[in-house]
Amino acid sequence: MIANYGYKDGSGDFFITIDTDKCDGCGDCVSACPGGVFAVGEDPNDPLRDEPVAIVSDEQRKKIKYTCNPCKPDHDRHPLPCVQACKPSAISHSW
Amino acid sequence: MSEKQEFWRWKEYRWHDESMDWKDADIISAGVDIGSVSSQAVIMADGKLYAFSNQRTGFDSPESANQAINWAMEGTGMTVKDLHYTVGTGYGRVNVPFADKALTEIACHARGGNFMYGPSVRTLLDMGGQDCKAIRCDERGKVEAFLMNDKCAAGTGRGMEVFADLLAIPIEEVGELSLSVEEEPEPVSSTCVVFAKSEASALLREGWPKNKVLAAYCSAMAHRVVTLLERIEVQKDFAITGGIAKNSGVVKRLEKELGLEALKTKYDSQIAGALGAALFGKALETKRRKN
Repeated sequence: MIANYGYKDGSGDFFITIDTDKCDGCGDCVSACPGGVFAVGEDPNDPLRDEPVAIVSDEQRKKIKYTCNPCKPDHDRHPLPCVQACKPSAISHSW
Repeated sequence: MSEKQEFWRWKEYRWHDESMDWKDADIISAGVDIGSVSSQAVIMADGKLYAFSNQRTGFDSPESANQAINWAMEGTGMTVKDLHYTVGTGYGRVNVPFADKALTEIACHARGGNFMYGPSVRTLLDMGGQDCKAIRCDERGKVEAFLMNDKCAAGTGRGMEVFADLLAIPIEEVGELSLSVEEEPEPVSSTCVVFAKSEASALLREGWPKNKVLAAYCSAMAHRVVTLLERIEVQKDFAITGGIAKNSGVVKRLEKELGLEALKTKYDSQIAGALGAALFGKALETKRRKN
């Protein structure tokens, strides 16, 4: 499943996409993210899936533009820690 | 002074299938969808739709949940104790006192949309009270991709209620009236409901007729959700759930912009979430009995 967490408002599109078919629930993104955006647990959008999966929690979902901001400077941007930490390459950002 | 008419107020109602006897059923499952604006309860007997209610959500979620289920059961002789498995969904899903499990509205809408529109549905757009969900699913109603926007009220039922009230047009008539324009106006530019309302007030002052203002708002709303849908890749067949599915002014404009016709259903588009929850309830009860 392609899970898009985030929002679109007057200032743009802010979505973190997790490909749950690739995600193995290892939790590397949870420890890599300085903003604490990720969590690993039961997939809330797929009740019949048994394996744990990475999600963006409800508390974080509506403020990722701000939480992710420190990892996204205008100049000399490094690869995002969450994207880099994810071995199966399940995480991407829309902005 | 006469009482002010509430133009935004849509009809609350209940229904049950009098030809069915729920006591014959092996599994009675229920789904309760406590949304930000409306609440629905659906009761299914062995996976067949038996009863439902559709009402406005109050300020107290547990109370809204109790009211919704009791209203759905009214006149059927059924009580909450007769429900084998109840699933709560929607904003207030964790506040359904009698629920066995809470599931997100994404999973429930896909499952409910699959039941309502049939297995050919691949793309579902739920236009709810205060959010908008784009879901792509397979022939069994399993989610393949989703996106939800609940940070901005543009493109939501509540936005339409605000406009119905501003223009003093009963909410059920907004769609048809907006389609009565001779020439399609430019959509309102503001994406925010509050500012779209001020923009509409300005247009009214300029002398725009009501139908033209509504047309400008409906097409702004349609355009807004199309950009959300594009992110999950729209595939045929396409269907809309939620209250806005009843607004032909938005639906027609959406169809035009997507170049796709939305499927029709005999069911009430507002019960999709609760219906999906009740279907999951049946699946989970079956699983529970096996173990």
